[in-house]
Formats: sequence, C-alpha cells, structure tokens
Amino acid sequence: MKFPISVTLNGRPYRREVEPRQLLVHLIRDLGGVTGTKIGCDTSQCGACTVLLDGVAIKSCTALAVQADGTSITTIEGLAGDGQLHPLQEAFWNKHGLQCGYCTPGMILAAHELLRTNPQPSDDQIRHGLEGNMCRCTGYQNIIRAVREAAAAMRRKG
Amino acid sequence: MSTRVFGSGIRRREDPRLITGAATYTDDYTLPDMVHMVLLRSPHAHARIKRIDTTRAKAAPGVVAVFIGTDVEGALNPMPCAWLVPNSNLKVAGYPCIAKDMVRYVGDIVAAVVAESPYQATDALDLIVVDYEPLPAVIDPEKAKQSGAPQVHSNVENNVAFHWTVTGGDVDGTFQKADVVIKERIVQQRLIPNAMEPRSALAHWSGASGELTLWNTTQNPHIARFLCSVVTGVPEDKLRVIATEVGGGFGSKIPAYPADFITVFCAKKLNRPVKWTESRRENFQGTTHGRDHIQDVELAATKDGKVLGIKATSYSGMGAYLSTAAPGIPTILHGLMLSGPYDIAAIREDVYGIYTNGTPVEAYRGAGRPEATFILERLMDMLAAKLGMDPIDLRKKNFIPKFENGHTVATGLSYDSGNYAGALQKLVDHVAYKDLRRQQAEDRKKGRYLGIGISTYVEICGLGPSQVAGAVGFQGGLWESAIVRFHPTGKVNVFIGANPHGQGEETTFAQIVAEEIGVDVNDVKVIHGDTQTTPMGWGTYGSRTTAVGGAALVMATRKVKEKAKVIAAHLLEAAVEDMDYKDGKFFVKGSPDKAKTIQDIALMANVAWNMPAGVEAGLEASSFYDPPNFTYPFGAHLAVVELDPETGQIDVRRYVAVDDCGPQINPVIVEGQVHGGVVQGIGQALWEGAVYDENGQLLTGSMLDYALPRADRLPDMEVLSTVTPSPHHPIGVKGIGEAGTIASTAAVYNAVIDALSPFGVQTIRMPVTPERAFNAIQEAKAGRR
Repeated sequence: MKFPISVTLNGRPYRREVEPRQLLVHLIRDLGGVTGTKIGCDTSQCGACTVLLDGVAIKSCTALAVQADGTSITTIEGLAGDGQLHPLQEAFWNKHGLQCGYCTPGMILAAHELLRTNPQPSDDQIRHGLEGNMCRCTGYQNIIRAVREAAAAMRRKG
Repeated sequence: MSTRVFGSGIRRREDPRLITGAATYTDDYTLPDMVHMVLLRSPHAHARIKRIDTTRAKAAPGVVAVFIGTDVEGALNPMPCAWLVPNSNLKVAGYPCIAKDMVRYVGDIVAAVVAESPYQATDALDLIVVDYEPLPAVIDPEKAKQSGAPQVHSNVENNVAFHWTVTGGDVDGTFQKADVVIKERIVQQRLIPNAMEPRSALAHWSGASGELTLWNTTQNPHIARFLCSVVTGVPEDKLRVIATEVGGGFGSKIPAYPADFITVFCAKKLNRPVKWTESRRENFQGTTHGRDHIQDVELAATKDGKVLGIKATSYSGMGAYLSTAAPGIPTILHGLMLSGPYDIAAIREDVYGIYTNGTPVEAYRGAGRPEATFILERLMDMLAAKLGMDPIDLRKKNFIPKFENGHTVATGLSYDSGNYAGALQKLVDHVAYKDLRRQQAEDRKKGRYLGIGISTYVEICGLGPSQVAGAVGFQGGLWESAIVRFHPTGKVNVFIGANPHGQGEETTFAQIVAEEIGVDVNDVKVIHGDTQTTPMGWGTYGSRTTAVGGAALVMATRKVKEKAKVIAAHLLEAAVEDMDYKDGKFFVKGSPDKAKTIQDIALMANVAWNMPAGVEAGLEASSFYDPPNFTYPFGAHLAVVELDPETGQIDVRRYVAVDDCGPQINPVIVEGQVHGGVVQGIGQALWEGAVYDENGQLLTGSMLDYALPRADRLPDMEVLSTVTPSPHHPIGVKGIGEAGTIASTAAVYNAVIDALSPFGVQTIRMPVTPERAFNAIQEAKAGRR
C-alpha cells in the first residue's frame, strides 16, 4: 500500500507515492539526485541525516516520509542562496571545520538549529548543542570555532 | 609569487563540494537498471551451518536473486592475507567470501539477496531459513590459546595464527642484573573504528567488453583493484576502482572485504549494476576492528632511573580470519617500536597472533604504535612512582640525545632524526609544569582530584622502503607515484596514486607544486582515487601520503622544472647552465627582466612550434618514489583530568600536544590532524571498547552502546610543534596522521592513574568508565587492591 504525499525540497515541489514505512531520509535521497543528506547510523545517534523541516532541524532517519507530507524541507543543498555560501558553510570552510566531510551537512544544519534558538552561544553551549552529531575526524574543536565565527557573522548581518 | 604558500594555512579546496552537499560518495551513485544487495550475516559467533533454505526469499516481491556459499564457490577465490610476516609460522586459515559450512563470528556472511529496492531485499532476508548448530565460542585471545579452548579453525592448533619474536641486546642478562624490575599487565581493548561513512560498493559489469567498474569505499583503490582481481578473476587491466570521495577510514577501509567481491559477483552474474551499502549495525559487526591485545610487560632499570631493558609477551586477537594487513600490525608496526624515544639496550617481545570468534582485526589509527607507546609510557610512570622521581625527569634521563641523521635502536630500526628532549621541554615550558604540579597539590588539599599525565612518543611512518616491505612479508610495494601535467594555459593537473579521504592533500599537494615551480596554488588541481586516471599507488594509511606520495610529487615537479629550464634556455637563446630560476620565472643569470614564465614554457611545450633539438613535446613528468627509510615523527603530550571520587566520573580538563612532523606544508591541516587523532586516543582511554558476551555476541553493536567521543565531553586542545626535518626526505616532511592517537591514550591514562593514586589505585582497565573508576576506589578502600 502506498500513500500520496507532496513535499517541497529546497524550494521545488514534488509529489510521490510512498510506502508508509519509508524513512524520510530515503525519500530525500531518492527524490532527484540530491544526496548531500547522509546516512551514518541506524539508531539516530550520529546526526548525519539532519535536515530542516519547515525550518526546524530533525534527524531525517527518525521521521517517516509520510510525516513530511505538506512540509518544506531544506537540505544542505538548499542552504546557500543566490550563489552565496551560508555563513555557516563559509565558517566551516574558514576554520577547517571538516575533514572527510561526511558528517558536515548534518553538522551544519544542526548548528543552524542551534543558532536559530540561541544566536550568541558560548563555546560550552555550542558543544552541548552539537552533542547529537558525531564527527570522527575533527575532534570537534574546529567545528566549535566555525560555529562561533558563523554566529558572529550572522549577528553582524542581522 | 608575492607570499609563500608553502607553510601557510590556506583554506582547503576540497571543502566547497563538501559543505554544499555536492560531493559524491560511493552510496550517492545511482546507475540505470541498478539493483540492491543486502547480506545475511551470522547471528552466531561459532556454528555449523546444517541447512539453508532460500526458497521463500527467492519468491519474495522484487527479489532478483539469492546467493549462498555454494553459489560463489569457484567463482570467488578465498580472501587473501597480504601481510605474510616471515619466521612466524604463520597459518592463514581459509576465508571464504560467503561461509558455506561454518560461521566463525557474529557478522560472518551467509547469504546475499539482490532485489529491485533495498527495502525489498531487506524484507527477503527474513525469509531465508538457516539451520545452525551453535558451537562454543572464544573471544579472549589469551584464553583462546589455552588447550581445550574452542577451535576457530580445525587446522590451526590452539588458535595460534603466528608467533613472532623481536630481540635486541642481552635481555635475560639485563633483567638479572637490574636493580628494579617493574611488571604490568596491559589490556589494549578491542576498538571499533566507526568512520562516519559506512562501507559501500557499487559494481558495474560490462559483459560485452568484460570490463568491471567498482565504486568502493577504500583508502587504497589500487590495492583494492589488485585484490579484487585476485578474488574475482577480473583482469586488472579491465578493472577500474573509483574511490574519489571516501568518508573517513582510520584503517578500516584498508582491507579487502568479502562484501565488495560478492557485489562484483552479483553484478557479473545478473549483468546489472549492483549496489551494497552496509548499515551501521553491519559496520559494527562486519567491518574490521582494531587493537585487542593482552600484554604482560616488564621493565628493568637501575635504582637511579636508567632504563636497561623491556620485555613483553602479547596475545593479539586477530578475530576469526586474517584481514588483509592484520599480521603486520602487532608485530612489525609494534614490536619494532618498543624503544620509543628512549635509549634502551635490551628489548624482547613475543607476539602471539590468535584466532578468536570476533570480527577480524585490522589497522586502526596508529596501528601497533599506540600500543608500543602505551607500554613504554605506562612503565615509565610506574618506574617514576617506584623511584619517587618526577615523570618528566625520568623521561629526560632516558631520552636518545638529539640527532639529525640516523640513530639505530636495539630493535634494529634506524630512526631518521629526533629531538625528543626539545619537544618535551617545549611542553614543560608551555604548561609551566612545576606550577601545574603545585596547583594540583593545593587542589588535592581542597578535595579536588586532578591528574596530570605525560606521554612522549616516536612513531614509524611514511611506510616505507619497498625492499623492507618485501623483507617483512608485505605482499606489495610501498612506494608512491605522481604525474605533474602542464596544460597549454599553464594550469596543472597532478595525478597521484595515494588516496586522501579527509586529510586534505588536494590542498597540501597543490601547495607543494606551487612551492616547487612557482605556479599559483589555485592553478593546480590534484586528482586521486580513480585507478583509470591515476598512476599506481599503495594507498593512504600509516601517515604515508605526504611522506611518500608528497616526495614523489616533489620529484616529478623537479623533473618538469628541469625540462622547463631547457626549453627556456632555447627560447632565450642561452646555454642551459647560464639559466637561473625564481618564483616561476626562468631567465639568463643577471637578466631577470627578460624572463620566460612557466606558463610561457607550458604553452610552447604543448604547441611545440619551437622546441630545442631532441626535446619531446609536452610539459609533464612522473616520478616513482621509493623512500630510502621510514620517517620518525615524535612529540610530547600532556593531559590534565579531573576525577570525581564520589561518582568515578573523569573529565579531561586540559590537553596539550607538542608534535614534530618536520616542516608543515599547511599548519591548519596539521592541527586538524592532531585534534582528530588526540580525540580518538582519548576515546580509547575513557569511553570506547568492544564488549562481547560469553557466547561471542557483540554487545556494543550500535552507536547507542559503543561510546564514541562527543563534542560536549571534550576540552579545547592546545596544539604546538617543533620542526626537525627528516634528512632523507626531499622536503623534510614526516607525516602527522596518526601522531595524536599514538600519544593521547597513554597521556590520558597516566593522568587518570595520577588522579586515582591518592586512593591507592595503581592500575585499571580501559576504557576507564565512571563505573570502573568508582569500583576501583571502593575496592582500594576495602583493601582489595
């Protein structure tokens, strides 16, 4: 049995028939070759699959595709606008906040959520805000620096 | 060029594709007509397969095929072991791609299901009926060696896969005459690498041409091609391995895996592209683990603290089968490093490689060297405690004095260059060590329990001279190659055989070319990870990509420069010996205003309208660089931990690293490598460890159960360096990929013991969880320790 759903992904509308059990992350990766959203685990620990659902970060391996019916989803591909990197992307680049890059899309979107709810976090708050996202390469330190820099840049931008 | 790009922390050119989601890892590829494979893995650690019924699975919706062990027999050769350590009575047990009669670990592959969608394939797994006869299992490598233990392979007596020994100096005599002998049992627990990208393979078979393309998560695509050819029979010239984007490896993406070759088998059999991607649960069970050594170690010293000898016996768990490089890790990369930075006259280690019913063990960041460092640094602290000496003073007393060109240690290795006291002194000065100790003493009076731990190390990396590789049984070479190609517009492509997967060589290698030949760093694009376009290479591991591949690139670029000079001399109507070079410009000595730029020369070489007699068209060169020796980075690390004696909770409060990897091409990338390495080592000391039950079930089989380091449990690290060039490397660099991990486990562990010692706790198992620390304190209080 399949259910019809409609979602907006990075501004583009899609209609699909999906099985009720299909995970949202699989839907996103299958929609149209947009594969920046990663799958790193199967227990919702790693956060690599983090996306924004109507502007709020969720782990898309923990949601069903049918639950996303009628929503607007932003993935890492949709974060930059008008050919300009988002301040978070720019800061991760500036601060060497990534190595293999696999956790990075989820990490950036989790940081997006953190700054949405707390635009001026302390380092300690950044560390706690990102404890649901795992990175095996960086030891997190440059990620913390990047989020700090992005927060400052976003405050300047208003 | 106005500013020197070599040595500057420029931003990585890898990053734009990675921060925008444009990068394509193996699982991101979808091919027309592609089908999906999933694997049925054994739920038993040791069992006889009595019967397999795939009838219902084959009839399930969307299922294209189901294959079991008998189906691949003859089509897939057994998995090879590629590090056949000599003089060790090595026994390579049969390692079929799909188990037929016996399963030997939880995760051993029993069947493969191919279906139109991954969901359908996964559904069908549940419909396969396997009748197992469970057998007793053994996980502990020391117990596995005892008589009467379950036999993992019927033809390997007492599960001993090999017995290897290293001896230097008069060990027995040294221990007899020593004033002090320190003994300890060290358990290097099994670790699970957990690269964030799960392993994946996508095989595309072209029946008409007999060509196979394999997208694969590998640190070494050319070795993957080599071994894939051996196992699947596809000739190497018709086999292309693509691994252009790999999401971390840490050793777990070095070896060849049965799953990859089963994917190839299915693609050939079905004549459709087949993709397999492991789940994280599969990764825990089926992708290689690291460490797993039980060691009895001893140190002999004089009463004034001069270390005379080290001896050790190690029971090293190999898991159920010998993974590709597994035998070399607890032997060559471990035993030979037991002198560390110290002058020790007598050293002996006996290493028993033991089959167990665990997941196969492979290299994990540091691979043998963290374990060697741990032995030395633990024993050093124990000796310091016994003699009432400060751990810093004791280390200084035993260091090999500064040397710039060669020092041979008792195990036979010849270190390249070192200034161990220099690195330690920088650390001591930076932290104001005496003040730190004073503060610790004052805090203790107030009931705050801080521990300070030191670790110094030397690592062997830049693997390595191929002749040595052959002599120690490595079934391959260890050189690297690079091609530097100038296009007519003066832009440059570099093709390398190594395969960075997070370490940033697309950037640092462009910096090398810019330094050597004066082009803008942004005009150099580095290409790697595709065996069809890149020259042969032996891969990215053992901190060797920059140390060996970087040297190949330097040599290739210098060849280009020599040719460019000949062309420039011709164009300027001068003799070659009268030519000079500066910042990308070639000119007659004394006339820098009339110069030919490297771009001018690239254009002329490519159009070839006016070339010197006898000089070929084109401006490119390749180099095959086989290093004359290993490189030996070193350093000194310090950790400060805080213990809460009421709960056993331990937090790392401060971490300082001083590393010497020679000249740094990009210090920001070096710092990033240290950060990541240190945190993996902290993980081993405090949180990480594979736990099996008595039946061989992996209890830490998910990220819920296996404690990976998280952002909120770590301090900011302070990263410093000293610079001691390698005398044999063309630009002196040594490698930094593993240094952090090699040093940090011992530093943190020593700090933990320092914090626990007021309670009478002298030793504790890793990972030092709150439960273990709390219980150790209680037992010590009760006088049981």
